[in-house]
This record gives sequence, structure tokens and C-alpha cells, in this order.
Amino acid sequence: MRYEAPDTMEAAVNLLANEDGIARILAGGTDLLVQLRAEMVEPDLVVDVKRIEAMCTVAKESGGFRVGAAVTGAELGEHAEFKATWPGVLEAFELIGSTQVQGRATMGGNLCNASPAADSVPAMIAASAIATIQGPDGQRELSVEDVAIGPGQTSLGKGELVTSFFFPDAAPRTGDAYLRFIPRTEMDIAVVGAGICLTLDDAGICTAARVVLGAVAARALLVSEVADALIGTSVDDAALAKLSETASAAAKPIDDKRGTKEFRTQVMGVIARRTAEVALARASSD
Amino acid sequence: MARYHVSATVNGDDVEFLCEPEQTLLDVLRDELQLTGTKEGCASGDCGACSVMLDGRLVCSCLVMGAEVGDRSIETIEGMAEGEQLHPLQQKFLDHAALQCGYCTPGILVAAKDLLERNPDPTEIEARFYLAGNLCRCTGYDKIIRAVMDTAAEMRGA
Amino acid sequence: MSTAEDLRYQEKIHELKYVGKDAIRTDGVDKVTGRAKFGADLIMAGMLHGAVLRSPHAHAKINGIDTSKAEALMGVKAVITKDDFADQESEMIQVGELSVNIRDVIRNILAREKALYDGHAVAAVAATSASIARKALKLIEVDYEILPHVIDVLDAMAPDAPVIHDYIYTDGVEPKPEKPSNIAKRLEIKLGDAEAGFAAADVIIEREYDTRPVHQGYIEPHACVASYTEDGQGELWASTPGHFLVRAITARLCGMDVSKVKVTASEIGGGFGGKNIIYLEPLAMALSRKCGRPVKMAMHRNEVFRATGPTSGAHMRIKIGAKRDGNITAGEAELMFQAGAFPGSPVFPAAMCAFACYDLENVMVIGWDVVANRPKTTAYRAPGAQISAFAVESAIDEMARELGIDPIDFRLMNAAKEGTKAAYGPTFGPVGLVESLKAIKDHPNYNIPLGPNQGRGVASGFWFNIGGETSVTMNLNDDGTLALTLGNPDLSGTRTSISVMAAEELGIDPERIRPTIGDTSALGFNFISAGSRTTFASGKATVQATRIIIDELRARAAAKWDLPIDAVVWEDGHARPASSNAGDFEPLSLEDIARDAKKTGGPIAGHVETNVSGAGPSFATEAVDIEVDPETGHVKVLRFTAAQDAGKAIQPSFVEGQYQGAAVQGIGWALNEEYIYDDKGRLDNAGFLDYRMPVASDLPMIDAVIIEVPNPNHPYGVRGIGETSIVPVMAAMANALEDATGLRINELPMSPPRVLKALNEKNGG
Repeated sequence: MRYEAPDTMEAAVNLLANEDGIARILAGGTDLLVQLRAEMVEPDLVVDVKRIEAMCTVAKESGGFRVGAAVTGAELGEHAEFKATWPGVLEAFELIGSTQVQGRATMGGNLCNASPAADSVPAMIAASAIATIQGPDGQRELSVEDVAIGPGQTSLGKGELVTSFFFPDAAPRTGDAYLRFIPRTEMDIAVVGAGICLTLDDAGICTAARVVLGAVAARALLVSEVADALIGTSVDDAALAKLSETASAAAKPIDDKRGTKEFRTQVMGVIARRTAEVALARASSD
Repeated sequence: MARYHVSATVNGDDVEFLCEPEQTLLDVLRDELQLTGTKEGCASGDCGACSVMLDGRLVCSCLVMGAEVGDRSIETIEGMAEGEQLHPLQQKFLDHAALQCGYCTPGILVAAKDLLERNPDPTEIEARFYLAGNLCRCTGYDKIIRAVMDTAAEMRGA
Repeated sequence: MSTAEDLRYQEKIHELKYVGKDAIRTDGVDKVTGRAKFGADLIMAGMLHGAVLRSPHAHAKINGIDTSKAEALMGVKAVITKDDFADQESEMIQVGELSVNIRDVIRNILAREKALYDGHAVAAVAATSASIARKALKLIEVDYEILPHVIDVLDAMAPDAPVIHDYIYTDGVEPKPEKPSNIAKRLEIKLGDAEAGFAAADVIIEREYDTRPVHQGYIEPHACVASYTEDGQGELWASTPGHFLVRAITARLCGMDVSKVKVTASEIGGGFGGKNIIYLEPLAMALSRKCGRPVKMAMHRNEVFRATGPTSGAHMRIKIGAKRDGNITAGEAELMFQAGAFPGSPVFPAAMCAFACYDLENVMVIGWDVVANRPKTTAYRAPGAQISAFAVESAIDEMARELGIDPIDFRLMNAAKEGTKAAYGPTFGPVGLVESLKAIKDHPNYNIPLGPNQGRGVASGFWFNIGGETSVTMNLNDDGTLALTLGNPDLSGTRTSISVMAAEELGIDPERIRPTIGDTSALGFNFISAGSRTTFASGKATVQATRIIIDELRARAAAKWDLPIDAVVWEDGHARPASSNAGDFEPLSLEDIARDAKKTGGPIAGHVETNVSGAGPSFATEAVDIEVDPETGHVKVLRFTAAQDAGKAIQPSFVEGQYQGAAVQGIGWALNEEYIYDDKGRLDNAGFLDYRMPVASDLPMIDAVIIEVPNPNHPYGVRGIGETSIVPVMAAMANALEDATGLRINELPMSPPRVLKALNEKNGG
């Protein structure tokens, strides 16, 4: 195994594109090192992207926030403005692992590791985040929901890496939230998760909503039929009940050591409803 | 097998070591630098026994590659006391009997020190969530949390 | 009888100066600075890294192992398989509170005919680096012939189950079975006439319960360093609660004289019984013997889960009969415990303790010890008792509800007391169950009003505790300080508590005694630190050794003053004339006598080698308040109160810590911990991510109440306390769940999917 730490994106792309064997990107290492230790993967090349400055910065641009793909949870948590703008995205990110894991974990890693239960992903998708990707053919953009395609699999081509995420400014009276169910209070992988972003008009009617279900399918599910339960309503109890019902119906979970199908299906509805309540409160006070 | 030559700072001292790419920072601290105070409990980031500070961030050293810490600054449990003077947390852990077997203790002390530096007045809940990544099987956490809260109060008052 | 021989509890006529007051641990600074050395912390020149190849199959014949490619790999210095160990004949040896067959031990450390569980050790290597050792393992070729496997206890008992050992014919049944099976043993504990007792009952409750294997979960993986030198001597550095047992088993398995093996106990990062039996030490010694270099072996976390003893999973049937007025007329239990790959589950202590909290005339307990394709079970903190208590204390709670009697009052009505004859044989001396019940009832926590979805549960528990072989030596140093050499590894502060007792005897500041855990060459045999025996037994022997020193100090003073020894007393750290009639002499301190020791007869020491008896059982009652999220089945612990009889708490904060730690282990067991296997019999959750132990944010403070009903067989009244507090926890949690939701769950763990499913069924959904 070789370790390389390029300090430009171009160098990183070249390393990845030219590697004949298995290459892996090292950002926070909180997934990669676990996989190395478990001998799930034996890379020939590890490319450490943390010396590439643009991947490690958070910047307010016109039209939104740009967050480098290798920014850690701890660092993003210290960004007061991002926190105030996207509390749901941040809380999702900050639920990953422990304080120690937060010192290293990155959104780029969380997305591209492509676990169906990744916590930051439903919230990023709900926030309409866009991934910027660098590759041998140059730069392109992709909605975050199109990056992970299945467990451990992304739509990225050889030599490509996600370098940053753009969070476009939302309309006024928008609120986002992320909740998950875990058996303990910390340290568990989400059994189900929900990321919801909704916008209210001045009369308190929901004019737009994105609902994303996590850990109940091969990847995070952006479910417009579930969002439809909220749009055009005042997000009252009836709408929330409908949301809950459609979320459970949209879930396609499996049985595994973290939960049964039945449990996930039922609790998906509960978590979706509770998440919507938080998003509503945030939108109302925005 | 090619080994990487790495220069870093550990507890304020310049160090140099050779490491294989497979070695984590935890392996390097223990096997190459003979700093065995940092412990391996799981090597998968789930127990916190290997907690160290890396450039001022609390991390699990089992989740950091040895090769990636070039020019970085690492603080371990061995750097917590100053000469003969124990850090207030270390003293309070003794006073409160906040350890039994002592294996998780270095990791918890490093994490608790970071907590109090960032939040000198944590609530009990805040302390518990901050330390959730540090497993202890012996104490049930009660005396650990009491020691941390007591230290916070003392350090604020002092 | 001299005072050194009279080790009974005497009411102290003066106030205790040191016993009962918290002191800083003598090993504390090392532990908070990272200086303390645990099993994997030793570094020796030329040391190699060892690694173990483990079976990926739950049950397979091993038709051959080819290690040639591994041996040829650059950096590999030794490879071993079963051929490097002579086989062992069947013989039972005592390990903690359980016994094991040495024939099974040799097979467990390295498979012989068959691999018996996912993770079973098959071969081991020593190499110049950990990465080369890992590569070498991949080069070892094992010819496995996969066999059908069986995991759960009822499946293993079924007549058509795959038979794991063809030499097991159920022991304890008449007539002896014609065919081998997985049922190793049937045992029975009987008192009175249970059938008659049930006939006399007004109400009978009969229920079945299921539990799954759980692991002790110590944070330090097993680790050791072995060094075998050309003169046939072997040294071991091992993380163990019993280095004398490590010496005995390693010597036996490696074919060495015990005198040729020296074991030093490192500090140990938790055990709870799981390190009572050994895994790595004989492998490391054999590897070191083969290549002449020291070998360090440390398990990875997934090896700890896959290959070291969890405790049993069990199926149990409990039947209790009582009169309407609350008098329990009979108790019956059938306990089916899964032992893992070799016989020896803790079903016997489970049977002993099942009804021990109750003064009953009629008891019938049947126990079944059943093998299965899982790692061999080892002790876990009050082995077996916690499992049978989950069942019995749940049934007791249901009976109390049925009779309309408060659960504490129901227990008080039937509580074991001094004079109660326990079903397993002994008659209790003074014991503290009633006190613990009352302590809970009167505790402010028990009277806090509960809110919606909240519930409160209570349960009691018992552990008998043990004494055992103990050897200690205390030496007076030339400056009047003392060196205390103990043979019991210190898991939690025991060396400090023991030296405090010595200090109390001598009337000196405990700072002047330095306790050390000696290696096996320093002392006579010591049984392991288990069975809650360390403070009790090592303490009792130390008090005796101290009194021997005191007698010698008096003799030296008497000689100096030309008095008979009876005219000299030892008081407040000094030898004094017993009365002014004897003469007016300046008292002599330890320093004084030590300074002159060379001239007055030589160095002064006290040493004791004994088999300590008189262990006092410890009872506990615990209460827990929980809150259930009715939409998800999540259970939150709001409050936990543990009241347990310590006899005498030498260091109250250490005793509280034991109660608290055990409570939290029990909470994890009750809510989330379990071994999950896939359909190939492989462990699916061999790590801390999915083997879910409680984290700090899961818990409230744990309120510990120390009851002190002195043990008359210990000079300070000490009872072992390390184990009992885990015993009641799971039933208390189940009882709280019923109180909160009306649901009775008879299965552990009560994880959210189980609770939600039960809530759904109850609500007809």
C-alpha cells in the first residue's frame, strides 16, 4: 500500500486516475481505517486529500455556502453562520459517531462511503445540496442524491473525487431538520433517519418540501410522494399523520443486526413526523 | 517493505519515526515511540481508549494513519501532567475513585480535558454526551462524571 | 487461639482510623498518567508479534493444516498448530467458581479434531511485525470439512441436532443414554417436597424465559508476552486475574515443570470472569520456544468477541406457588444453559442461587448443561445467578401483582435471613437481604412520583462468594515502613483496601505500607481474583500476616525490656508495656524496632499460606425507574438505586463503584447486549459498534447504598461484593417495563424492536 498526500486537486486526480490497482481517498479515515483493519479492502494507493486547502474550507459565496468535502464535523460545528442557516444539515453531520469521530469525519467521506444509513446524506439532500466533482475530464456538478447509488457504490468515475458541496440559499421561512432512531443515545448507526427541509409562506402554508428517508433502502430516498403530504398544508396534525403513513409506506428496509423490516417501517413514520415538527418550528421562527 | 519517515511533535517534543503504511497513529505511538499510555480497545473508533489530541482536535488515534501526521502536533496522556504536578482532572479522578481497572482512564482523561477547555461549565448531560465515545465497563460512568463536573467547578473557581 | 489465628469479626472497641475511610489508590497515579503497564504494554528486546488463525466456520472437521508457505515468508519465525502440544487426558480443574476439563482447554486454545465455533483458534504465528504476522496467517491452508452447526440451546437439545462431541452421553440421567448428544449434564437441587408445596398453593405462576449470550465486555483485549529461553525456563507477562493459574495451565499444556514458568501479572483492564481461563499464554510460550525470542500476543476486539467466553444464553421455566396471604409455598425452576463448544456452563451456580433470596421449604431446580457451536462460556460476574434471577425475580414480581401485594413487602414476607436453610445446602449466618429491601423501600428515589410512560421495578439478588487458597507476605523494611506482597491481581483497588486493613492492625498511616502484586516466584499459590474473594481472602490472610508481625515486634520489644511477651502490647503503632507495673519504658515504634532488627534476631516478616474459608454471602436489592417511548420501544433509565450488603466497606467509594459498574452491565444486558449469529453460525456483531454496551449518555447517576451486616468470619466483617450487584438488574428492568406499559417481556434483551413488537401486540395493532 502506498500513501500519498497531494496538495492540489490536480495532483489528487492524477494519482487516482493513473492507479491501476485499488485506490482509496483518505479524508477523515473514520470509515477507511475501519475497513482496512477489518481487511474489507486492501488498497494499493491511499490518497490523503487533507492538504488540499480548497477541500478543507467553508466559505460563504454568492447564492450559498460552499463546504469543502474534507471539512470535519468539529470544524463545521464551529461555523456559527452555517449552523444558523442549516441547523438540520449540521445536526445530521454531528450525529455521526463520537466527539473523537467528529474530529475527523467529513461530509465527502460520509457521502462517498455510501452507507445506506449515512447520517449527513438525508439532510444534505433535503437541503438541495450540490456536489462539485473533479476528475480527469475536468469539473462537474451533481445533486447529492445522485452520488450514492447503492451500498458502498457511487456514480463517480475512475479518477473522480467530490471536492466540495454547495448549499444554495433557501427561501425565507425555510427550516431543515434531521432525526434518527438508534437503540442507545450515541455511537450507533442509524436504524432509520429522516432529513426534511420545508418552506412556509406568510400564512404558514407549506409551499415546498423535500423529505429524505435514510437507512431504509439501498441509499437515501428522496421521496416526493411523502413531501406531497406536507405541501399545501399548514403541517397540522392531519398532514403529519399522512406524512407518517406515506413515509412508512415508502420505506424499503431490510432485516439486519440493527433492526427488523417491521420495526424500521413502523419507526420510519414516527421519525419522519418528529423531524417535520422540528423543521416546522425552525421555518416558523425563521 | 517501504516505510515512511515522519517528523511530528508529540507532547511538545520533536519526534521522528519510521512506519509502515498499515500502521495507525495508535500503532506508532505504542510500538515505535513506546508511549504505551494510549490504549487499544477496539481499533475501530468505537471505544475511545486510544483518544489523543491531533492539532488540537480530539480524535481516535486508531483512525489516523501514522503516515499522515507529518508536521502535526499530537498530545497524549503522557503529556497531561506537568512534571510532578498532576492535571486537576487526574487528581479529581483519584479523589473520586473515578477509575477501577484504569484501562479506559487515559482516553477519558484526554477527552475530558478537551471538554473542559472548550466548555468550562458543562452540564451533566453535556459532559455525558461529550464522553459518549469513551467506553468504560467498570465504573458505570457515575464517578467519572462526578470527577469531571467537580474539576470543572474547581477550575472555574480557581 | 492467638490473635493471628482468631480472625473472627470482633466489634471494634476503638474507632477505626483507616478502615471505612476512602484513601487514594496506591496504583492510582500510575493509572491516571498512563504509566501503568497492562498486558500489551510490555516491550522486550527482540520481541516478535504473534497472531492467531481462526476458523471461519461454526463447525468443521479439520482434515489437515499446511503451514509451509507461512513458514517460508520472510519475517516469520515460528508457526504452531495442535501438533506442537501434547494432548491432555480428561481431568477437571477449578477455575474461579467454575470448573473446566483440561482436555477441553487444550482443544479450546488450539483446535484439534474439529473447529467448534466461528473464531476457534486453529494455528498461530510469530513474526517480526504485526503486518507480516497477518500476511502469514493468510498463507496457512486449512482443509475444513464443514459440518452442520447448532447455535441455540433448545435447538442443541433437540433429538435431531447435530452432535458436537460424540463422547458426550448426558451425565446425571438414569438410565444412561444410548446415544451421544449435546446435553452434557443434568443436575438437580432439591429441598423438601415441591409437589406438595404447589398443591398447598392458592396461586401458581408458571412462565418461560429466554436470554442470549452476552460478553463481559472488558475494554482491554487479552494480551501477554512470553519468553522461553534455551535453559528451558519460561517467563510470561500476562493480563490475568490469576497468574498462578496461568502458570499452572501453561506449564501443564506446554509440558513444563511449574518451577520453570514464572508469570508476572500485568495490570489488568477488566475481566469480570472473562479472563479466568487462558487463551493466548500457552500459544505465546510455544511460539517463543520454537524460535527462541519473546513473543507478544494481543487479541483484536473481534477475536475477543468471537473466541473468548461470553456467558450462556438460556431457556428457563419457572414455577412459583403462594398462598393468598403472601407466603411462598414452593419454587421450581428448570434451567437450560448453553455452554458453548465444551461442557461447563454456569448452570450449577444458577441453580444454587435461583431461590436463595427466599426462605422456602420446598424447592426443586433442574439444570441442563448443553453444548453448542459457540465459544466456550466463561464466568461473568456472579455466573449464572444473574440469568436465573432474571427469570425468578420476574416471576416473583408477577406473583406479587397477582396477590395484590407490594413487591418489596412480598419479598420481605419471604426473605432469607439468618437461620434460613438455602436449597443448595448451607444455613445462612447473619445476612443483609432484609436490610437491603428496607433500604430501597425507604430511599427517596423509591418515593418519587412517576409520570406518563414511566415505571418502577424492583428485584433482589444473591451471590455466595468464595475464599480459597491465599498466600501473602509482609516484610518490615529497614526504615520501619512495610512491603506487602500479594498474589491477587488488583482489578479495582483491592491492593489498597488490603493494605489499609494491615495499617489498621498496626495503627500506622497506610502510606507506610506499599502493596505489590508479586509474581509467581514470590509467593505460595494464590487462587484467582474472582468470586469476590480478593478483599475478603487476601485481606483475611494479610490481617493474619500482620498479626504475626505484631507478635514478633512485641517479642523484640519484650526481649529489649526483659519482659515476658504477655507484658507487651502493640497500640497505635508502638510496642508498649501492658501496664505501668511492667515498667516505665519509652514506646518503641516500627522504625525503632526495624533499626535494631539485625541485632535482635534478623529481618521481621509475616507470611501466611492458607485456604481461606468463611466467605459471607452478599444480598442486594435494586430499584430502577424507566421511561418508555411508546412509539419506538426505546427505554430510558431515569433512576437506579442499588442497596447491597458489603459486610464492611473498607473503602466505601470502591464499594460504590462496584455496585455502579455492575448495575450498568446489567442495564446493557437488559436493553441491548446480545450475540447475533448469521445463518452460517458466524458472529455478526463482533465489535463495539453492534455489540451495544451502555455509553455515558445512556445513563443517569447510579445511587449506591452500602449495607453493613458484618461477616462474622472476617476480622473486619468483610463480605465479597463484586458480583451480587449485577444479579437483580435485568429483572428489575423487566419489572419496571411492566409497571410502565403493562407489558411483561420474558426475553432478553428488551431491545426496541422487541418492546415495540410487544406494545403493538398488546394494543392489538
